[in-house]
Amino acid sequence: MIRLLALFVLLALPAKAEEIVLGLSRDQVAITATFEGSDILVFGAIKREAPIPDKSELGVIVTVAGPDEPVLVRRKDKRLGIWVNTDEVEVDAAPSFYAVATNLPMRDALKDTEDLRYGITIPRVIRSVGARVGDSAEFTRALIRIRAAEELYQVLEGAVDLEKETLFRTAISLPANLTEGDYEAHIFLTRNGRVVDEYITTIPVRKVGLERWLYNLAHDNAFLYGLMSLTIAIAAGWGASAAFTLLRR
Amino acid sequence: MQIYLPIAEVSVNAFLLLGLGGIVGILSGMFGVGGGFLMTPLLFFIGIPPAVAVATEANQIVASSFSGVLAHLKRKTVDLKMGTVLLVGGLVGSGLGIIIFNYLKALGQVELLVQLCYVVFLGMIGTLMFFESLKAIRKAGKSGGTAPPTRRKHNWVHNLPFKMKFRVSGLYISVIPPLLVGVLVGILAAIMGVGGGFIMVPAMIYLLGMPTKVVVGTSLFQIIFVTAFTTMLHATTNYTVDVVLAVLLLVGGVIGAQIGTRIGVKMKAEQLRILLALMVLAVCGKLAFDLLVQPAELYSLGEGGHS
Repeated sequence: MIRLLALFVLLALPAKAEEIVLGLSRDQVAITATFEGSDILVFGAIKREAPIPDKSELGVIVTVAGPDEPVLVRRKDKRLGIWVNTDEVEVDAAPSFYAVATNLPMRDALKDTEDLRYGITIPRVIRSVGARVGDSAEFTRALIRIRAAEELYQVLEGAVDLEKETLFRTAISLPANLTEGDYEAHIFLTRNGRVVDEYITTIPVRKVGLERWLYNLAHDNAFLYGLMSLTIAIAAGWGASAAFTLLRR
Repeated sequence: MQIYLPIAEVSVNAFLLLGLGGIVGILSGMFGVGGGFLMTPLLFFIGIPPAVAVATEANQIVASSFSGVLAHLKRKTVDLKMGTVLLVGGLVGSGLGIIIFNYLKALGQVELLVQLCYVVFLGMIGTLMFFESLKAIRKAGKSGGTAPPTRRKHNWVHNLPFKMKFRVSGLYISVIPPLLVGVLVGILAAIMGVGGGFIMVPAMIYLLGMPTKVVVGTSLFQIIFVTAFTTMLHATTNYTVDVVLAVLLLVGGVIGAQIGTRIGVKMKAEQLRILLALMVLAVCGKLAFDLLVQPAELYSLGEGGHS
């Protein structure tokens, strides 16, 4: 909502001093059977009607976000001598993937108030309201830590190359354990930590071919899929042992 | 070669899966066990989500038991009547198991349940088998030959009502004990992703008093149908059967089993049993260790949106 409002405000402004012109190395990602992850090259230029303003630092922030989904974070505790899941906190919405790349250190590229308004850094994109345990912030931190370890959450400070305050580029690498959905690439232009322009584009990430077919069948026609799995398994098991007996002769 | 598993939604090395299937296949060929109790924990270790591992393993067991049953049917070493009674119990048990599994999954305790089941059952079976084969080896050393295990002809099992004649096994016993054994095995199949042969075979020999030669064929007969039913239940309620994963494990497994059978023939029965016992205890120990020692990461993530 806030983002939407901000967009309207931006659109309402007649002439922006600086504007983003964007390119993407690929406008969709296909998850095939041999998918090993993928790099997305985000590049673009800054269009100006006026000379480059001096005395202020230009920041370029590129974020790529996977679809939001609720996540249940559980914590283990020792009960009767063994480690058991005891407490849980439901995080209402967390992106399945999130990468944020900047050309400057984050604190120079973005003011806290702007971060709050646009929701750019990782802790700001995770929404958690209905927390039932007192230390729910600890659970959110754990979520970020676990996803960061799987390279699903990435903070890439200084990963955006900015040339002559006009051309920028960065590469975001998507890991192999991706979930499907519409990924959003978001580019923010900041001056002294204030957002002066933003640009959004969508990158669909989809399973294709056999992967798509099997996944759909498993969910839409589970009974048939189950029968098919059994048939394939029996045929493969029987076939392989029959082949072996033939080989032995 | 990395391969993306469509249901598990993770990318794993295809050769790793073939290799795992092969190693477990060799072991199962050597020892004549299904290998589900080894494969499922191994799948956890390589990062397959537990729910997918359990469901897919059930699917794989159907396949690996199928050729075994055909061989036993040809040799007429399957007690179809006893198998059917065990099967009825097994189907009920499998249904119960799925209900327990899904309930605990919603509570976030399913991993704990699976691990506890493994620790308890593997610990029990492993210890029993270890001491029994140790005794057998000692006896063999003293007298130069193994005495066949003496069967008690009459225990409490024979005093229950609803008696039925099982001609192939040469038994006239109540249907209650085999039904209960079937239920227990069905529950374990659904929760642990195993065939349950390691529980059923001792129960058939020691509790029901069935002759050893029909035990393996009959248990395989029951396992096929129970695991097939479990696969269908997991596929339709949880959508967790990954056919790509199953096929890869299967191909490795069938080849491994053939090699394993050949190695098994060259070894002595007691040595095989003691090796199997040690292996069972090792898996049990590893799982128990994980439960007792403080994990490096106390937090874990689950799917939200249910509660």
